[in-house]
Amino acid sequence: MEHIVVVTLIIGGTALLSLPLGTYMAWAMDPGSTSPRGTRFTALFERVAGPGAATGQSWQRYLATLLMFNVVMFSVSFAILALQQHLPLNPDGKGALDPTLIFNTAASFTTNTNLQHYSGEVSMSYLSQLAALMWLQFVSAATGIAALAALARGIAGRETIGSFVVDVQRASFLVLLPLCLLVAPVMVLLGMPMTLQGAVQATTLEGAAQTISRGPVTAFLTIKQLGTNGGGFFGPNSTHPLENPSFWTNALAMIAIILVPMACVWMFGRIIGRMRHATVVFAVMTLFLLVKIGAAVTFEAAPTAALTGLPVAESSNLEGKELRLGATTGPLWAVLTTSTSNGSVGAMHDSLNPLTGLVPMAGMWLNATFGGVGVGMINMFLYIIVAVFVAGMMVGRTPEYLGHRIEAKEMRLAVLALFVHAFLILGGTALFAATPWGQSAVQDAGAHGFSEILYEFSSASANNGSGFEGLGDGSWAFNIATGIVMLVGRFLPIILPIAIVGSLMAKRRAAESSGTLGVEDATFGSMLAITVVIFGALTFLPAAALGPIAEHVSLP
Amino acid sequence: MSNLLSSLRVALATMAICVAGYTAVILGFAQALTPTSANGSLITNDAGTVVGSRLIAQAFSSPEYVWPRPSAVDYDAGGAGGSNLSPANPQITARAQELISAHGGASVDAPIPADLVTASGAGLDPHISLEGALFQAARVAEARGVEVSAIERMIEERAVTPGGPFTAGRIVNVLDLNLTLDADLAAPAASQ
Amino acid sequence: MTRPTSSMFSRELAGEALRQSFVKLDPKYLIRNPVMFTTSIVAVLVTVLFLRTLVTGQGDPVFEAQLVLWLWLTVLFGNFAEALAEGRGKAQAASLRSTKAELEGKRLKGERTETVAASSLRAGDIVLVETGDLIPADGEVIGGVASVNEAAITGESAPVIREAGGDRSAVTAGTRVISDWIKVKVTAEPGEGFLDRMIALVEGASRAKTPNEIALTVLLTGLTLIFLVAVGTLPAFAAYVGGSIAVPVLVALFVALIPTTISALLSAIGIAGMDRLIRFNVLAKSGRAVEAAGDIDTLLLDKTGTITLGDRQATEFMPLSGIREADLVGAARLASLADETPEGRSIVALAGAGETMPGSAAPVAFTAQTRVSGIDIGDRSIRKGAVDAVLRLHDFDPGSVRELKSLTDKISRAGGTPLAVADGNRLLGAVYLKDIVKAGIKERFAELRRMGIRTVMITGDNPLTAAAIAAESGVDDFLAEATPEDKLELIRKEQTGGKLVAMCGDGTNDAPALAQSDVGVAMNTGTQAAREAGNMVDLDNNPTKLIEVVGIGKQLLMTRGALTTFSISNDVAKYFAILPAIFVALYPGLGALNVMNLASPESAILSAIIFNALIIPLLVPLAIRGVSYRPQSAARLLVRNLGIYGVGGLVVPFVGIKLIDMAVSGLGLA
Repeated sequence: MEHIVVVTLIIGGTALLSLPLGTYMAWAMDPGSTSPRGTRFTALFERVAGPGAATGQSWQRYLATLLMFNVVMFSVSFAILALQQHLPLNPDGKGALDPTLIFNTAASFTTNTNLQHYSGEVSMSYLSQLAALMWLQFVSAATGIAALAALARGIAGRETIGSFVVDVQRASFLVLLPLCLLVAPVMVLLGMPMTLQGAVQATTLEGAAQTISRGPVTAFLTIKQLGTNGGGFFGPNSTHPLENPSFWTNALAMIAIILVPMACVWMFGRIIGRMRHATVVFAVMTLFLLVKIGAAVTFEAAPTAALTGLPVAESSNLEGKELRLGATTGPLWAVLTTSTSNGSVGAMHDSLNPLTGLVPMAGMWLNATFGGVGVGMINMFLYIIVAVFVAGMMVGRTPEYLGHRIEAKEMRLAVLALFVHAFLILGGTALFAATPWGQSAVQDAGAHGFSEILYEFSSASANNGSGFEGLGDGSWAFNIATGIVMLVGRFLPIILPIAIVGSLMAKRRAAESSGTLGVEDATFGSMLAITVVIFGALTFLPAAALGPIAEHVSLP
Repeated sequence: MSNLLSSLRVALATMAICVAGYTAVILGFAQALTPTSANGSLITNDAGTVVGSRLIAQAFSSPEYVWPRPSAVDYDAGGAGGSNLSPANPQITARAQELISAHGGASVDAPIPADLVTASGAGLDPHISLEGALFQAARVAEARGVEVSAIERMIEERAVTPGGPFTAGRIVNVLDLNLTLDADLAAPAASQ
Repeated sequence: MTRPTSSMFSRELAGEALRQSFVKLDPKYLIRNPVMFTTSIVAVLVTVLFLRTLVTGQGDPVFEAQLVLWLWLTVLFGNFAEALAEGRGKAQAASLRSTKAELEGKRLKGERTETVAASSLRAGDIVLVETGDLIPADGEVIGGVASVNEAAITGESAPVIREAGGDRSAVTAGTRVISDWIKVKVTAEPGEGFLDRMIALVEGASRAKTPNEIALTVLLTGLTLIFLVAVGTLPAFAAYVGGSIAVPVLVALFVALIPTTISALLSAIGIAGMDRLIRFNVLAKSGRAVEAAGDIDTLLLDKTGTITLGDRQATEFMPLSGIREADLVGAARLASLADETPEGRSIVALAGAGETMPGSAAPVAFTAQTRVSGIDIGDRSIRKGAVDAVLRLHDFDPGSVRELKSLTDKISRAGGTPLAVADGNRLLGAVYLKDIVKAGIKERFAELRRMGIRTVMITGDNPLTAAAIAAESGVDDFLAEATPEDKLELIRKEQTGGKLVAMCGDGTNDAPALAQSDVGVAMNTGTQAAREAGNMVDLDNNPTKLIEVVGIGKQLLMTRGALTTFSISNDVAKYFAILPAIFVALYPGLGALNVMNLASPESAILSAIIFNALIIPLLVPLAIRGVSYRPQSAARLLVRNLGIYGVGGLVVPFVGIKLIDMAVSGLGLA
């Protein structure tokens, strides 16, 4: 009962909030020329960006600018991380970082993944946390929103898909920053730390010394959640009591995790002018979300298997969970954080019951149940293209998506994007499962250890960032491999869909009639859901069988 | 080339506003309105020494204190973490057996609450369940030479439902409880 | 061409298809279909492994032999499906080719003729074709008139007239002159004539993949690559737990997962779609045109002959005031007795019995100048004709003229054509000639509307008449007083709005519009120019067929979509058959995934592979016949096809594999 109330309030409430936010985001990202305030912002952002801010770019130029900006993001943060021991705002005197760790971390935060092969309170100076990592949490999320806005403009049939350096400012200054300024003060009032003072030395009641790390947590946490970043200020992320002091900060954080990804669907619908279509997409995503939540909550109600036979009171699995966050939190948060590409954790995923652990993996394999800010909807666009293609044939016409004919070229790009995701996850897992790189890094032997490797690459390719943290993933091999996976898994799924839209824009648009495939009804919704399952999940069934499912059936 | 220049200008602008500006605003807000929690909910004793944080579990092993949940990082608040053990891992079984005997044993009729034998996510969970606290009441009472009921009453008084109507069980902040125990009941000489 | 009466699987066709199944194992040929090519590579690999097993004695030769057999059968079944679809066209092509082989022509050289083989005739040569001769090459009649039997091409034995000039000047190689003679200027180079094209078409030799087919191949290839990764990584996963998976088993899983079903049937579906059109006596010049037909948004239909019967019928006599109706009827009847046009005959029929033509009567024929016809009986001159033409004959009484004009306007507004009748200098009244809308056409248009297709009637009538007929026939829109330029303009406008337009036409002046339209169906009786411009030729000259052509195009795509959905949905069951079989050795608990309770791992794998192979021939009839198609909105079609082929694709293999498993284990094959 308690579960149902919490889930309903958080998912339902956020869905309601997302609608006006989506409308606002559509205005903020795509004000058009009729909104005087929008035009003023556009002019301001063009002035800030200077010479590169052409009002309308070709899709190739747009992507080139996007990539250039991301190169700058990577380089600046790399430099800050590499020099942190010489830079200010380092009250605890954090030292130099391993070069492969710097590469991995810069790649991780540039790609909105926030896979962390370090522990924040152990390794990072406050400057690294704020100027390198938190900055990337803003601009990488903004990159995703900008890419979605560009995609939507292309589908809407605009003459150009916009200007990236303007879009990225719109997303940073008009969307993410205002949201952070709304949410962060509430987090502060709910008891979350926000200080630049270094760690404090405490003397416990029993007389022992305890070092208590702290820092500018609230600012960091807020954008971490709103931008589907997920990188924790502290190592254990949002299970840490200073990063998640109460049930209420936890509830608000869960809303923040899913809010912008939900609103992105509405923003997409508004820009393309097809809110009914957006509703169908939203419904499909919500369906997947609810199924996953139901599964996770059910599986996690089972007790910790290792305690079987001991005189321990009956309870749900409490290993890796925090009592103040409530019993629903572990599974619910695990689903939300992996449905979106957030990756922050409210419980230790490695210690989830085996089948519960499968749910977040499935979320990352699909990577489109709302997904990362901007990019989740872009991923869903790929599934839509495939669904439209198969369904379009079934109604006896050359497949069309909102009047855009889907032909061999679009198909090639869409299938390549879907292939890349499967290849990165399964290929990476295979490489590490068969070699000491992975075999010697797992904490638990057997199927669970396999799950740890599988989870790591799923998380990297889906740009999620959560992990089965028992895995010793700090090795150079993991740093480099997941770093590459994150980069490819981030940029190809942005480049390919925008190339698809570029190709669609160049074609004559077809008229719609009752003979064309409708994308605004329940039938198409079912088609889309089936496509997501078959193309997104079926590929991973063998891996799932050898990981979580094998572990489950091997339980005593 | 104009791409690079524009990118650098936008990087600078976002760095200035989203990092410097935003941090300053939230920092100012927090330090002005909620300085205690903003600085880590620290608890200072009469001598002015920091004894810990209300939000951070610390190690307790003396019988006169209520003990927190086990910690995979030995309550290191400078490097927190969970056990990350698979729920089927035998290490969990071994740890639970150890803890059960440390807590003076348990039986099928008087089982130990699960939270006392499972490590939390960060290893710093400041709370235990009400049942977990009551489970220890007898030991604490004995160590402090008071009636069990007195301890139980103090525990009950401090038990809260963390999410109001949205959570089922009640929990107790261990450090808070132990501070109250120390304040209200003289600690036995043995532990000094 | 003979209309097909043979059943789909006649013995000769099946025999030839069987032979072709092996011929098509040529890698050069297989590579055109990436999925089947992959399957054949797997078959080769497993064959090699089987041979190694035989030599080394390690492994399970019985199991591997069966695997080899069924893998090769999978490839062969695919080839067979394609060969069978091609087979029927080949039979037709063979008869056409024999016609072509015996063609020779009398080439004119100055005044003399020389008999040469048709293959040596070049464009520009002039040949004489006399009674009994076969026309040796496509061309344009430049002299003479002849009746020509075109049955060899159209299957229609009634002869047609071919003459120089106008819209009936085109002749086709292989047709026979049955009376008189014509001089024909050859327009096609050897090998490029209509007959050649037809042979290539029905044979499927020139069949290039259509855009949709290419896109689908991309999707299927992509899926194959994805499953290659899914299966290719399994040995590494097994190695992690210190286990291994036998290669034959691994590749069996791979073949089961990749979309072999649709890939095997893909080209059969395409060929069969073209073939359906051919049997419908419409020749599409490319598969692309057939697919485009399914995409049509706007149909331009000529009024006469398509929407209305070709001829107008007299339906009412309307006398002026003061004129007895019997006078008008009598006069109109007399004026029409000698008129052999359908309209004239319909006036006589409407008037009923009356006086016969007096011997002294002199019929006055219709000419383009006078535009009236009638009869002179002594000094009595009765005329009927277009209103303005009749009014020019005399200075009629102004009152009568006014009354007649208001009468005839009323007829026009009602969609009819008025004929004025005058007896000497006296206006009698008007005959109401009505366009008769074809029975059932309104329902057809409603059907098209449900399919999302807009119909536009093209007519030379004035807007008033056109509007009335449009309303009566239920057409969505009309273009009145249409010139060929107007038609072209309309097509361009529709296309700018993102619509695909289909039309049919026969005249030379239709050629630009035919070329501009996305689907242009030229009538076979039409001019060479029209036939060149269109991308389909209707051998029956029946413009109503455009509607069926759209249906055939849609059916082709739907069949492809339905079988793709079916093929991909099958994977769920195949996973549940093979995965537990493979993994149970690594984790015994994973036997729980064996939801079908298959007898043994070997039996499970074999059953999945056997199902995978057998489903291909089982679906061949569906692929060749096409999925059933009724004109419906896209939404309903999707519900229906997703229900049948999506859900069916999930359920059928569970049942099928279980049954095969029972057979396989029962027979002790595994």
